[in-house]
Amino acid sequence: MREQALAPQIPGLAKEVLEECDENVNLCFQCQKCASGCPMAFAMDFTPSQLMHAIRLGLDEMVMNSKTSWLCASCQTCTTRCPQGLDIAKALDAVKIIAQRRGIKASEPDISAFYKTMMGSIFGFGRVYELGLIAMLKLRTGHLFKDVGLGMKMFGKGKLKLLPPTLFPFFSDSSEIRKMRKRVEKLEGQRK
Amino acid sequence: MKYAYYPGCSLHSTASEYDISFRSVCRTLQVAIEEIPKWACCGSTPAHSTSHLMALALSGRVISQAEEAKFQKILVPCASCFQRLKTAQYEVSNCPGLHETLEQVLDRKLGNKAEVVHPLELFIGEEMSNRIADAVRKRLEGLKVCCYYGCLLARPPKVTNFDECEYPMSMDTIVSGLGAEALDWNAKTSCCGASLSLTKSDHVCKLIRDIFQEAKAVGANAIAVACPLCHSNLDTRQQETETIYKEEYGLPIFYFTQLMGLAFGESIEALGLKKHLVDPKPLLSEVGIA
Repeated sequence: MREQALAPQIPGLAKEVLEECDENVNLCFQCQKCASGCPMAFAMDFTPSQLMHAIRLGLDEMVMNSKTSWLCASCQTCTTRCPQGLDIAKALDAVKIIAQRRGIKASEPDISAFYKTMMGSIFGFGRVYELGLIAMLKLRTGHLFKDVGLGMKMFGKGKLKLLPPTLFPFFSDSSEIRKMRKRVEKLEGQRK
Repeated sequence: MKYAYYPGCSLHSTASEYDISFRSVCRTLQVAIEEIPKWACCGSTPAHSTSHLMALALSGRVISQAEEAKFQKILVPCASCFQRLKTAQYEVSNCPGLHETLEQVLDRKLGNKAEVVHPLELFIGEEMSNRIADAVRKRLEGLKVCCYYGCLLARPPKVTNFDECEYPMSMDTIVSGLGAEALDWNAKTSCCGASLSLTKSDHVCKLIRDIFQEAKAVGANAIAVACPLCHSNLDTRQQETETIYKEEYGLPIFYFTQLMGLAFGESIEALGLKKHLVDPKPLLSEVGIA
C-alpha cells in the first residue's frame, strides 16, 4: 500500500530514506504533532516536521547538514503520536545512516563520536565498557575535562568498573559479534 | 517456570543497584531467574543510529540465546534493552524477508517466540500483587513518589505494547501497594535526554529540570524510575542542574525495585542505596523507613 502511495517520480532523498528504513515520508501531511511533542526541538535547527518536508522536497544539503537527526534523543514521542503512522524517529535514524554512508561530516560531531565509540566498545568487548568509552570519547572530541568530577564521584560509588568486561577481547565471545558485523557490512555493501 | 534474565550492560555497571535490588525482589517473591549465558549488548541508540541491520542483529542475538537455552520468557529491567528487543521482534514479525536475513547475519536460529517482559509487567499481575502484599513488612508511609516511566517502556506502543503509552499506571499501582503515596503528575513519560547525557549535558539538564519542577509542583519527596538511563540522568546530574538553574530539588531517585525491597524489609546496603549521588538516607530516616 505504501508503494502505491508513492508519486511516480519520487525525489531521490525520499526514496533513499524509504529504501533505508521502509518509511515513506510522503505520508507526512504537516500536522506538526511531532514538532510540538519533540523534547529536543528547542535545540534543533529544523523541527522533525520541517525535516520530513525537506526530505520530500529532496533538499539533500539542508537535510544532511541539519542538527535535527543528530539531536534526536530517540524518545519515540513523534513516532507514537504521528496520525499517519510514519515512524519519524526511524526516518531520522535513516538520515543519520545515509549521511554517514555519504561521508558527510556530522553537524553534531560529538554525538556521532559517541555512537562510534560505543559501537567500538561493543565490537571489542561484546558489551559496553563505560570507563574505556568515556576515555576514548574524550580523546575523540577533545573535551578532556568535561564531567571529570562527576566521573570521579561515580567511580567512588562503584558505578564505573575499572576493568573491561573481558581482558582478552580477541579470544572471547565478542568474536561472534565481530563476525556478525562482517556479515552486516557485506549485506549493506551489496545493497548500495 | 524459570525466566531468562537479560541485565544488559548498565545493570552490570552504572546501574548495579538496579540489578541487586531486582534480584533481591525476585528472591522474596519467589520468581526464578537465570542470567542468559554469554549475553552481549543490545546495541541501544548507537546501533540503531549507525546500522539498522546491526541493531536488529544485536538484539536478535539475545532472543536467540534465550531460546537456545529453552526459555520462554525473558525479563528485561532496562527500558532501552526492553524496547530494542521488542523492536527486533516487531520488525522480524512485520518485515518480509528480515527473519531469513537476520538468521544469516547471526548464524543462529531465531524462533522469535520468547516473550520479552519488563519486571513492571510481571509484578502487576493479580497473583503477584497478592504475593507483594504478603511480603510487605514495612509500609512506605510518608513517601510521596512521582513514578517516572520515561520514554522507552511505553513508546512506541505498537512495539512495546506496555501499559498506556501517554499515561501508564503500573508503577503507580505497585508503589501504592507498598504503602507509599503515588502522586498524579504530568511528566510520567517525558524524556530525560537519554544518551545525550555524555555529549549534550546542558540539554539534558534542561529536560530534567522540567521533570523536577513538575515533581516539586505536586509535592513529591522522591521519584521512582524503571530505567538505568533515567536514573543516571536524574540522580547524577541533579546537583549540576540545581547549580545551573539556581534551584533546589533534593529529590532522591529510587529504582522501583529498591522501593519494593525497602518495603520487604531489606537494608539500605542490600539494595545498593548507598550508590546514589542524591543521598536517600535523610528522607528515609525522616519518614522512619530506614
